[in-house]
Order: sequence, then structure tokens, then C-alpha cells
Amino acid sequence: MELLYASCVGLLVSCGVFLILRSRTFPIVLGLTMFSYAVNLFLFSSGRLSINNAAVLGTSSEYTDPLPQALVLTAIVIGFAMTAFVVILAIRGRADLGSDHVDGEPEKDKKVNV
Amino acid sequence: MTHNLTFLPILLPILAGVILLMPPFGSNLSTRRVASVVLSVFTFAVSLALLLKVQAEGTQVYAIGDWSAPFGIVLVADPLSTLLVCLTTLLGVVCVLYASAGDDDKGSFFHPLVHFLILGVNGAFLTGDAFNLFVFFEVLLIASYSLLMHGGDKKNTRAALQYVILNLVGSAIFLIALGVLYGVLGTLNMADMAQKVALLQGDDVYLAKIGGMLLLVVFALKGALLPLHLWLPNTYATAMPVVAALFAIMTKVGVYSMMRVYTLIFGDEAGELTHMAQSWLWWLAIATIAMGAVGVLASKDLRKLTANLVIVSVGTLVALVAVQTIEASSAAIYYLVHSTLVTAALFILADLIGRQRGEVADRISAGSAVSQPKLLGACFLIAAIAVIGMPPLSGFIGKVWLLKATLNAEYTLVFWPIYLFASLAILFAVSKAGSTLFWYHHAKITTDTRQQRVHPAQLVALLILISGAPLMTVFAGPLSEYAIDAATQLHDFNNNIKLILSGGQ
Repeated sequence: MELLYASCVGLLVSCGVFLILRSRTFPIVLGLTMFSYAVNLFLFSSGRLSINNAAVLGTSSEYTDPLPQALVLTAIVIGFAMTAFVVILAIRGRADLGSDHVDGEPEKDKKVNV
Repeated sequence: MTHNLTFLPILLPILAGVILLMPPFGSNLSTRRVASVVLSVFTFAVSLALLLKVQAEGTQVYAIGDWSAPFGIVLVADPLSTLLVCLTTLLGVVCVLYASAGDDDKGSFFHPLVHFLILGVNGAFLTGDAFNLFVFFEVLLIASYSLLMHGGDKKNTRAALQYVILNLVGSAIFLIALGVLYGVLGTLNMADMAQKVALLQGDDVYLAKIGGMLLLVVFALKGALLPLHLWLPNTYATAMPVVAALFAIMTKVGVYSMMRVYTLIFGDEAGELTHMAQSWLWWLAIATIAMGAVGVLASKDLRKLTANLVIVSVGTLVALVAVQTIEASSAAIYYLVHSTLVTAALFILADLIGRQRGEVADRISAGSAVSQPKLLGACFLIAAIAVIGMPPLSGFIGKVWLLKATLNAEYTLVFWPIYLFASLAILFAVSKAGSTLFWYHHAKITTDTRQQRVHPAQLVALLILISGAPLMTVFAGPLSEYAIDAATQLHDFNNNIKLILSGGQ
């Protein structure tokens, strides 16, 4: 399970980083979303992975750490709000700058096609 | 009630922000302005009360919801964090007052956003919990994103987009760092983390080191340290100057977090990880100062020049953090207050000068003369002397102090020449900017000068900031004593741990 979990986080991070390094806002937003999924999974595993254990003290002899779950919940809420904001900002940038390039450069290869 | 005083600098801005969104303040601009100024002055007064209390009774530790230290979140009001809370709320008063002269009308929700930003900054200064620090970082960031866009144009959207994307990546890295550190240390309370770091063995040491260095990346991004400083000049120069003045405190949040993390957690008592970030901080700081000085020389308008001055001041502060002695930290505290006030004043001055010069605005080239040369010129002169660090104002005291504090440090032979050359560059660039802005102009004065005169609210705000430099010189004695006291407590490892984990008893 650890191997599957770790490779899943790793794959998400590498996809996320690749997409964030693109120059258009849409891939960047997707990349940020993937990156934040990976971060949430990673944060969850910081309390060690365990199966069928309650997150409440005193109900059984084995229990799992409840704190990372609270942290992940906070991180998800914040990440969701931030993603929503960056989507709106990207749309506004597309309208204001006439291009979805992060530097606001007009498209160069379009002229070649025309 | 007095026990809850520690929490009020966080609670009051939330309440202020919410109140300002509700009728009658939400709809009527003039009532909103009055209410906003009154509420920010009240927050400042409460912060001062907290400062007096901390001075009289020592560090205050406040357990939120009465959950005691390693399990619940604690707020720690020690002399350093309280001083910074006072500085933030003072800056809040100044910006709200200044914007009430008309800037707040250019977009919606200016006043509530300023209060939410103050909430985030105060929270980041006061909290003693690493994850809570992340949450307050996000609070201040989302307020800053919206403030950055306030009344903006197309250039502004581009700068905001880049700023937001960079900071989102920064937040993700922050979370990874916290995950790693929680995984090996099993706690997020900073005092408890500091205790557990010394006990680490085997591979866990390297994991903690990775976590600590990732935190350095995050704080370097927030504090605009080389090579993560590139967002700053554009962001600060395209934001409205009053917003940029308020942002002057935000880079200091990054520096403050470095102070806390690398003096308390990875400081003197961290076992194998003692002073692990020190050599990195040195070189990054020196490179930042050099880069900032080049930027200062290359700046074409006053706002960009001030933004580059912010970078130089961040580099200077980080160099002092890297020394990790009581003397260096006290010099850093004095310099931090001085540089925040002076850069905020310069941003506001750039706005006023730009408005009176018509089309040339604050570009450093010949244009029409300002309509109030005596007032603005005198203010610029004071701010310039302070920022260059010439006698007799506070910049000089800060400079002498920091040179003295770094005298026996490891990399002095590199730091001193670069710092002094940077000061020379600043002297040159600022005096060139001042003489061009005020003396080189076409004879014809622009029409309709009456409208562009400084509004009384703007004047009061400007004078509060400008008076910072002379006041910090006149009261340098008590202030430096306070800074030394704050630095001593920052470095007193055992006392800090005992105090925070016992809940302040």
C-alpha cells in the first residue's frame, strides 16, 4: 500500500509541476489543482498509513492519528478557495490582455496560420 | 478581559471587516470611511495596550479554547511579536486614512479587505503553531490578492496573475514542509518542535532537514529573497501606492517567520541540525542586497525604486537573522521597524508626487513641477535621508548598529563591502531621483493645481509615517533597549519552551 500511495503522490506532483511550467493559464490552473491534490494526500500520510483504525482515542487499542485529517480538511478548503480565485483571475486576464499567456504576450504563431 | 487581550488584535480586525460589509457602512461611503478609520485606530490602541501589558507582565501565552500547549493552538505575545503587531496596526491606520481621500472609491470593498489583511498579518505574528501560521499566511494572501487588483488596469492584472500563481505554489510547498516536519516530529507547536528536533536520530534528521529547507524556500518567496524576488518590483509598482505601502509589512512577515523558525526550532539547541540554514541565509542575503542595489540604480520611476529598496532591506534583515546573536537580532528588530515605516512613506510620497506632476507621474525625468514643492520636498528629504542611512536620522543608527553586530560574523569580509556599496548606490539613485523630480521641470506649471493639492487626510497619513524617522532617532534609547530585550527573549531557548508549554504560568 505504501508503494502505491507514494507513487500516486509522486506521479501527481510530477504532472502538476510539468503543467505549472507551461506558459498558458489553463494548464497552470490544472497543474495547481493536481499539485494541491498531491499535497493533500502527502499531508494525510504524515500521520502514517493504517487500515481499519478509528481516529478516536479510547475506542480501541489501535488508533490512527486524527490530526493530519484535520490538517487535510483545512488544506482542502483553502486550496479550493484559492483555485476558484485563480480561475476567475485567469478569465479576467484573458479578457484584459487578449491572450491567455502568463506574460500577456499576444500570440505569435497565430499570424503564421493566417 | 485582560487575559483575552492577546487575542484581540486578531479578533478586532475580523469584526471590523464584517461590520464594514454590513449596512449602513456597506452602502454609504462617507460613513464607511469614518467607521473604518475609527475601527483601525481602536485596533491600534488595543495593540498598544497589549504592548504595555507585555512590558509590565512579560510574555503572554494564550491557549485558544483553553486547549493547553502541545495539543491546542497557542498565541504567543512576546516583545517582538507585539511590537510588530503595533507596527502593522499603525500602518493600517495610515493606509485607511490615506485611502479615505478618494482611493478607496476606485474598486469595491477596500476597507474590509484592509482589515482582513491586518487580521492575517497580526495572526502570523502572534501564532505559536506552525500550521496556524500557514492558515494566517493564506488569510493575508487572499486579502492581498484582492487589494492588489483594487482599481487596477491591464498591467495590474498580469502582475496579479503571476503573484497569485507563485504564491499558490509557495503555499503547496509550505504544506509539504509541514507534512514532512509533522511526520518526523509528531507536533506542530513551534516550542514543542524545537524540543523534539534535538532528539532526532538516524534518517529522521535528514527528513527534518528537508522540511526545514523547504520552509526556507517558502519564507524566501514571501520575503522576496533572491532568487525568488522577481515578483516583487512588478507587483509593488503596479499596485495602488497606498496598497503597496500596506504591503511593506508583508515581506517582513517572511523575515519574521525565518527569525522564529531558524532561531527557535533550528537554532542553538537543535542537536545535529543546529544553525542548519545559516550559511544559506548569508549568501542569499548578500546576493539579494547586490541585486536590489542594481535594481535601485536601474529604476525608472519612484515606485519601482522604492520596491527595489524593499528588496535591499529584506536582504539586510536576512543577513542579520543569519548571524544569530542577540546583538544582531536586536539590530534587525530596530532596522525592521525603521525600514517598514520609511518604505511605506516613500510609496505614499511617490503617489502624491505623481499626482501633482500630471502626465509624467512619478517617472524620474523632467516634467511639470509639483504644486506643493516645499511640503513634498521636505518630506522627501527626510524620507531619503532615513532610507539612505545618513546621519542624523534613524537609518544611520540602524546602519551603524548592524555593521557593529556583523563585525565578528563569519562572512563579514564579503558582507561589509557589498552592503556599503549598496548604500552608495542607494545614495546615488535616491539623490538623482529627488533632484530630477523636484528641480528639473518645464517652466509651465500645470493648470488646475487646486484640485491636485494634498488632501488633509493624506497629509495626516504622510506626516505620521514621515515623523517615524525623527521619532525613532529621538527615542533611540528606549527603543533600542526594547529591541535588545525582545532579542534576548527570542534567543532564550529554555525560557521560551518552558513558558509556551506551561501556558504562560
